[in-house]
Amino acid sequence: MAAETQTPNRAAIEVSHISKRFGALQAVDNVSFDVESGTIFGLLGPNGAGKSTLIRMLTTLVPPTSGTAVVAGHDIVHDPNAVRTRIGVIPQNMTSDPELTCAENLGIHARLYGITGARRRERTAELLEAVGLADRANALAATLSGGMRRRLEIARGLVHDPQILFLDEPTTGLDPASRISVWEMITHLRVQQGRTLFLTTHYMDEADRLCDRLAIVDRGRIVALDTPVVLKSSVPGASRIEVQFAPDLPNGAADLESLPSVASVRALGSATYRVSSDRGPASATELVELARQQKLELKSLSVQSTSLDDVFLHYTGHGLAEAEAPVSNNRGRKGAHS
Amino acid sequence: MKRALALVERDMRKFRRSPALLFASLVLPLVQLVILGNAFGGNIKNVNLGVVNLDRGPKSVDVIERVRAVAANARTFLPADYDDEGRAVRALRRGDLGAVLIIPQHYSRDLLEQHQPHLALITDNTDRSVADAVGAQMSTLVESINAPEVLPREAQQAALDVVEVYPYINYIKYLLPGSVALAIFVTAMIGGGMLFIDDKSRGLHEGYMVTPITKWELIAGFNLSGVIKAMLAGMTVLVLGAVIAGVPNFFQPMRLIELTLMVALTSVALIGMMFFIMARISDPLVPRAIFGVLNTLLFFPSGAVYPVAGFPRWLRFMSICDPFTYAVHGFRTLLLKDAGITAVTTDVAALMLTSVVVLSGATLLFRRTL
Repeated sequence: MAAETQTPNRAAIEVSHISKRFGALQAVDNVSFDVESGTIFGLLGPNGAGKSTLIRMLTTLVPPTSGTAVVAGHDIVHDPNAVRTRIGVIPQNMTSDPELTCAENLGIHARLYGITGARRRERTAELLEAVGLADRANALAATLSGGMRRRLEIARGLVHDPQILFLDEPTTGLDPASRISVWEMITHLRVQQGRTLFLTTHYMDEADRLCDRLAIVDRGRIVALDTPVVLKSSVPGASRIEVQFAPDLPNGAADLESLPSVASVRALGSATYRVSSDRGPASATELVELARQQKLELKSLSVQSTSLDDVFLHYTGHGLAEAEAPVSNNRGRKGAHS
Repeated sequence: MKRALALVERDMRKFRRSPALLFASLVLPLVQLVILGNAFGGNIKNVNLGVVNLDRGPKSVDVIERVRAVAANARTFLPADYDDEGRAVRALRRGDLGAVLIIPQHYSRDLLEQHQPHLALITDNTDRSVADAVGAQMSTLVESINAPEVLPREAQQAALDVVEVYPYINYIKYLLPGSVALAIFVTAMIGGGMLFIDDKSRGLHEGYMVTPITKWELIAGFNLSGVIKAMLAGMTVLVLGAVIAGVPNFFQPMRLIELTLMVALTSVALIGMMFFIMARISDPLVPRAIFGVLNTLLFFPSGAVYPVAGFPRWLRFMSICDPFTYAVHGFRTLLLKDAGITAVTTDVAALMLTSVVVLSGATLLFRRTL
């Protein structure tokens, strides 16, 4: 199966100082990182951040301007064909042929990998079954829904049983139910089959839910790279608590700032405060105790954990939506992690 | 090479599923063959001819009888009598008449007195073909008037007898070789150029490029499937066209083999040329935009519809550089002359040279990466 030549925890992908320039545009700027075998690695960033260019370089579709990468043990610049035989790619665009049936799409792709005859028929049937399209084997790809078409793309990427699967924004344009279906399939590929998966996304929830390790990409550079949990915990004031008293605190925000676990306080008006804290549960307990001591009613209290949106904002200095605006010279607060 | 066959399989499955491409490839050449072949092939007939007889003598009656004889037999014109010259010319200007014949006053007397009277033929020269046909017919008529009634014992003028080597070649037969080449070109344009760019812009090529297929296999696959489709279209038009045009002895086995070889060579050359043009193009509008221009640049200078000998020098040079010229000449030689493969060696060599040049160029231009 997928892990035929890999040993656990050995780097499946080693990227070394890779860059890509299109004329005046530096799409990818001196990026380096490793991806361990059997993990799901994600690139998170807005449209135009360089994610697709990076994945296209790693899948040998676009030659790098400088630097290189070793994918499944082979150099993408010097031995691209060896890389191609060991990777499966699900591009951002739907690249299955709409005028062919599902079975034909898989069959022809199998032939491109040298799989012919009975093995080709068996593999086609297996994969259609695996992605829940067995009953649509003879339906034209053009007649499939977006989610089904994406599942067909995933089946096509697996037709030669690759060690590493690259997915470029696999759920873009899909409805919520189809997204969840694709997420389950991706998780299954990693958990059940031990495959290495490399995906790009601009959805925070997708990155948070799927990825073992995550690189945050902004303007061609990696600005942070770690597990989603570590990335979130690296943001100061990891928990945010909104609390409302009745009546208001006698000394206002000063009463809250004196609590041991509270990092900062912001008054929102109407006896409501936003409290930042590194220890959310402890702060909540302290707030309840403060209300009891002051004989005040606690009208509302909600604790929110740091999201990857906060992480992105923290490392880049701007939100995800802002980053899709035209590129300015303003870099993120932190330097590149590459 | 096995991977190249995957691309051929893909194209053949799509081709079989959607006969629209074959239909589109056949319609234009066949319609052109039938419509143009019959429109340009016949003699001019039934032109309204106004006859103004200002003489009314015996010799003018002779002229009118000869005009009526032509009307009854060759039917080049339909004569109608006019009393007034002005009224006849006004009818000509209105388009009611195609020409006006005026027999002048004293025509009979002048003829008998050997004063060389002049008949006048006024033609509507906005339609050159009609004017020329009526003029030619009328010249023959006047020659017959001038011919001596009793031939001299010894011929005083040389005569030319024209002998045609081949059975009668009407225009539809003349047009057939061009129609076969056109069918191959249309398939190369739609099934080669347009589909190639459409697939590229839809990202299908990206799906192939992430597989281990090599650059050579990609080029071989795209071209081989294009050649198969072009050959199917070319052979269909060849057979249907030969039946419609009535080409004698068309189904002789050796002749069919030679024609199939010519169809194959033309297909390779035109598909290769299309691949060469499209190698670096990504915009799906481009092949659609250049389709008409390419058709004009290749088809008309080839001698498909009019002999190259009638072209000005610059157009003759274009026809020499045009692979269509050799395809049309080759098909014409094999179809209408049945002269065998040895008679088309220049055409075969030119098509092979074209194939080598365009496929080499396309290989240099084609990029396996995005």
